[in-house]
Amino acid sequence: MTGEASVAAGSTIDALGQFELHPVLGHLGEALRFSQSPLFMLIAAAVVLVFLYVGMRPAAVVPGRLQAAAEISYDFVHDLAVSTIGENGATFFPFVFAIFFFILAGNYLGLLPFSFTYTSHIAVTFGLAIMVFIISILASIRFQGVGFLKHFLPAGTPVWLAPLLVPIELISFLSRPVSLSIRLFANMVAGHVLLEVFAGFTIMLAGLGAFGHVLAIAPIAINIALTALELLVGVLQAYVFAILTCIYLREAVAH
Amino acid sequence: MYRTPRLFLFAAPLAAVPGRAVAAGMPQLNFHDPLLIGQVVWGAVIFGGFYLALSRFALPRVERVLTNRRTRIQNDLDVARKAKAEADRASAELLSVRHEAAEQARAHVERIQSEARANAEAHAAETAKRLETEIANAETRITQSREQALSSLSEIATSTTQDLVSRLIGTQDEQTVASAVKRVSA
Repeated sequence: MTGEASVAAGSTIDALGQFELHPVLGHLGEALRFSQSPLFMLIAAAVVLVFLYVGMRPAAVVPGRLQAAAEISYDFVHDLAVSTIGENGATFFPFVFAIFFFILAGNYLGLLPFSFTYTSHIAVTFGLAIMVFIISILASIRFQGVGFLKHFLPAGTPVWLAPLLVPIELISFLSRPVSLSIRLFANMVAGHVLLEVFAGFTIMLAGLGAFGHVLAIAPIAINIALTALELLVGVLQAYVFAILTCIYLREAVAH
Repeated sequence: MYRTPRLFLFAAPLAAVPGRAVAAGMPQLNFHDPLLIGQVVWGAVIFGGFYLALSRFALPRVERVLTNRRTRIQNDLDVARKAKAEADRASAELLSVRHEAAEQARAHVERIQSEARANAEAHAAETAKRLETEIANAETRITQSREQALSSLSEIATSTTQDLVSRLIGTQDEQTVASAVKRVSA
């Protein structure tokens, strides 16, 4: 939410301005097409890596708080990957871990004032979803050969149904990256638009004088509740993205 | 007094970003923006680096610590189990030794008791035998004395009777008195 102070311009609320991209680092950033979105991706990756590095530095047998948190994150994603994908889950575990924490850190960093939510950009979420899609296709070919194509005709269906079923299966397969990316994108955009709209209400009400000052408490209270909701949505969407990745990969490695 | 600064504040963004408030559409869908595609390319690079750092360094480090802990706990458990087995064996050994010792002691006590009993019996038998011989001796002695006494009795009786007879009748016949006494005392 970049610059909440500049939200309310007169009587209109610019809820979408927070999603605009601006080059950082001046002309260098402009030349490198480096906006605040990649900047926050870098910050998110660094935060996760530093968390793991600092957390695991004691390498104690009896972990402290930070080490326990790092180990819990590891175990959580590891269990998710192994229990969903199966015996090959360990192979894909680092990938699932990267997906989950890249999205989670992006969602949570975006909740900080003056930060930017890169998961609110369809280009980013679609890029992640296409990556998952391509990797699951590559895993299918790697583990099942070209034979994975027979999944488009579910076993036991009569041949005369094939002209109907194969396109349906194909469309549902191809719509995976679309639904995966739009789910995350829409959730993040909706949450941030709501936060911005209620923040704008607060500023507009404050302009009404003493009475407005009292009324302005209401949107602030709503924004506090929305922030709590966004904390839930942020982890939930990261989890959904990660578990759907695992499910697609399980189909890819299943024989 | 509040109006002026607030109006200025509201006007400032309007002046700074003209037309933004009325700009329709989402910035996310403005695909003409080179920054939009730029963030995807940068995102691929950053995510790739993030993935490599995680899979090469960060996650194996966590894995190592977790494995270390598991093996250490397993080793400690093994050591504890071994120590317990050893203690169990030692305790069983102690028990059997104690049992054996108790058996030995009981046997010892029994032997001493039976020995003592045998001793006492032997002693008692010896005493009884000695007493018996003494009783027998005493009896023979008594018999001898009585016989002796009885044999001297006829003499005493004869001499007493002779004295009495001589006092009564002034004369005596030794033969007659002796045979009379013999007749009486028989």
